[in-house]
Amino acid sequence: MTKHYETVFILTPVLSEDQVKEAVKKYHDFLSEKKAEIVVSESWGLRKLAYPIQKKSSGFYQLIEFKAEPNVIADLEVAYKRDERLIRFLTISLDKHAVAYRERKRAEKQNTEKA
Amino acid sequence: MAQTDSEIRYLTPINVDVKKKKYCRFKKHGIKFIDYKDADFLLKFINEQGKILPRRLTGTSLKYQRKLAKAIKRARHLALLPYVADLLK
Repeated sequence: MTKHYETVFILTPVLSEDQVKEAVKKYHDFLSEKKAEIVVSESWGLRKLAYPIQKKSSGFYQLIEFKAEPNVIADLEVAYKRDERLIRFLTISLDKHAVAYRERKRAEKQNTEKA
Repeated sequence: MAQTDSEIRYLTPINVDVKKKKYCRFKKHGIKFIDYKDADFLLKFINEQGKILPRRLTGTSLKYQRKLAKAIKRARHLALLPYVADLLK
């Protein structure tokens, strides 16, 4: 049974743009390899942190929403922990209300882009 | 002499507090999912030190207070909201 998940991670601001893309690509590949279906991947760019993490006051945020088997998550989090480019991550499973909310938001966004 | 002013009079009629009924805004607007990424919205439910406001003050129902608390804690973890602050607002 696949479940709907969402993961957000923060990359250190010392990376160049290409390095950020490479890091993101690594996780996309990782997920595809585990037969996960990536629903959306969103980059929020360089954002200021509300408090310093590892003495850094900003970071690149990246959000990936995907459908995967539950056992993939443990592997993903191990990969996160081993990666020194990441300063923070969060993975949550989305329930039916959350999925509906996300879909509605996406539809709204598309409408505004069209208009 | 003192007996005459048993009835206290005011120059302007004091308004006897008609308590405005608090309500749960999640129930009212049918919000089923509280997004932890929406920091501006969560800001309404924390005080200026970054603490979560009690149900007593906001009127949120228990079900949504739990979800709200979770969302705020997730936002804090991702540095979208501070754990401690002064003069947040």
